[in-house]
Amino acid sequence: MSPELFFQYLVAGITYGAVYAVVAIGFNIIYNSTGIINFAQGEFVMLGGMIAITFAQWLPLFWAISAAVAITMLIGALMELCCIRWLRNPGILQMLIITIGVSILLREAALHIWGEGIRSLPYFYGDAITAWTFGPVRLSPQVIWVLLACGCIVLALQAFFNRSALGREMRACAVNRTAASLCGIKTHNMVTLSFVLSAGMGAMAGCMISPITYTQYDSGASLALKGFTAAIIGGLGNSMAAVAAGLLLGILEAFSITVVPLAFQDAVAVTLLLLILFIKPHGLFGSSEAARLKAF
Amino acid sequence: MLTIKNLESGYAQLRVLKNISLHVRPGEIVTIIGANGAGKTTLVHVVAGLLRPWHGELLFQGEDITHTSPEAMATLGCVLVPEGRQVFASMNVEDNLLLGGTTLRRARGTAAVREEMENQYVRFPVLAERRKQLAGTLSGGEQQMLAMARALMARPRLVMMDEPSTGLAPLIVQEIFTIIAQLRAEGNTVLLIEQNAKAALEVADRGYVLETGKIILQGKASELLANNDVQRAYLGREQIG
Ligand SMILES: Nc1ncnc2c1ncn2[C@@H]1O[C@H](COP(=O)(O)OP(=O)(O)O)[C@@H](O)[C@H]1O
Ligand SMILES: [Mg+2]
Repeated sequence: MSPELFFQYLVAGITYGAVYAVVAIGFNIIYNSTGIINFAQGEFVMLGGMIAITFAQWLPLFWAISAAVAITMLIGALMELCCIRWLRNPGILQMLIITIGVSILLREAALHIWGEGIRSLPYFYGDAITAWTFGPVRLSPQVIWVLLACGCIVLALQAFFNRSALGREMRACAVNRTAASLCGIKTHNMVTLSFVLSAGMGAMAGCMISPITYTQYDSGASLALKGFTAAIIGGLGNSMAAVAAGLLLGILEAFSITVVPLAFQDAVAVTLLLLILFIKPHGLFGSSEAARLKAF
Repeated sequence: MLTIKNLESGYAQLRVLKNISLHVRPGEIVTIIGANGAGKTTLVHVVAGLLRPWHGELLFQGEDITHTSPEAMATLGCVLVPEGRQVFASMNVEDNLLLGGTTLRRARGTAAVREEMENQYVRFPVLAERRKQLAGTLSGGEQQMLAMARALMARPRLVMMDEPSTGLAPLIVQEIFTIIAQLRAEGNTVLLIEQNAKAALEVADRGYVLETGKIILQGKASELLANNDVQRAYLGREQIG
């Protein structure tokens, strides 16, 4: 393999991987506060993309994306307020089934609103063939945008959870919900907040990936699967590990083209997911001990 | 401060508390002693809002708290140091204390929380040495002190402690009870749940004896200490065991 090709694959892998990481963090935030996998996470990704594409017709791109993220966060909040909060003693299975139901509902709603057409957001800068050349590497500006945005999201989230009082309270709820309520923390609101944050993460991922792939009413599922795989590889609940796992998955996927046909690229994630679940169910970086210590 | 009248509660079909009436006055240490499974934890959980009462009346500072959530109870100034400490294990000592100051921060702001944290470090010097250490890595005694400090961060009107001495070495137990006595000297009100009847009655002003969900004896702590039944059932056994 020529160095050019190698770097091309590597850059593509890192770009997709960064988006998977953001989706994975979305899974982790809700997992940490409720103990469930939110099956509607992929729909947040799709909605973010779709709403941004719609608004981009009238608004500058930045505002279209901001609006899309805000609206998706609102949908996340509504999902929790309408479907989860009123449950008295919600069981894990009960909540899981609710998220599956919401996921179907959102997808059908999107089908009604936007139809089956394939759309995509314009490039944030330049277009599909714009490229910057650095030695052997040719970079699309979109790649830089995606990496910058993902980096900022991860850093902002870390700062939020480790520095702010609200983030600390969310962590406390994840670690010990009873003790948190005894401290006067409104645990219900923290769960709502986790849905809001998670929806926001999903929507941002949806906006970033849309220019380089496409967005369709059911395109959330495939990204959700990749994000879920990254979350599992990293060990559920651990966001920093999910970032590493997301990048790993993206890079593996990109290089898989050299071994298996392009059509099988999606199978890489599923294979990896099954392998991890069989061999190291607590994640590549986790142990059963660490699995009990949830960290955002 | 706290008044409970004819309280009844339990879990699903199981009635644990039967017709409980008790009160705690400001500035008092009141202890509830009783064997394992008597319903002591159930009782404080009802007061803390973690469990719904089935029947009866609960008043805190004259206010009806029959249907109050745990968050609201903490805001009212009634805090619980739960059984088994329940510190935030994967967070450091300082974070645990700051979290205990959640209600104080809402009422008075961050500066008050910082100030209160320094007060707690003075009271529990061992915690000051371990500020950045994860709570889960502390020893049992240190975790108990952290749980107490976390509760005190709220500047509560009433502190309820559920078996603070269980599972600790005798020297640490002594330290814990010294701190409880010191709390009263500072004008705090404490509801102390204990299996260690002797130590609890020695530090308390008044006491209640709980047996299978009923209060079978009550009175001044000194009188209970001298009471024959109490000596046989709760004090004698300790000397043997
Ligand atoms: N979560 C629960 N669900 C059902 N029964 C419980 C629960 N917790 C305690 N009990 C029962 O309630 C009774 C009183 O328990 P508890 O209040 O914990 O006693 P104590 O604190 O005095 O040791 C016991 O018989 C116990 O089995
Ligand atoms: Mg108990």
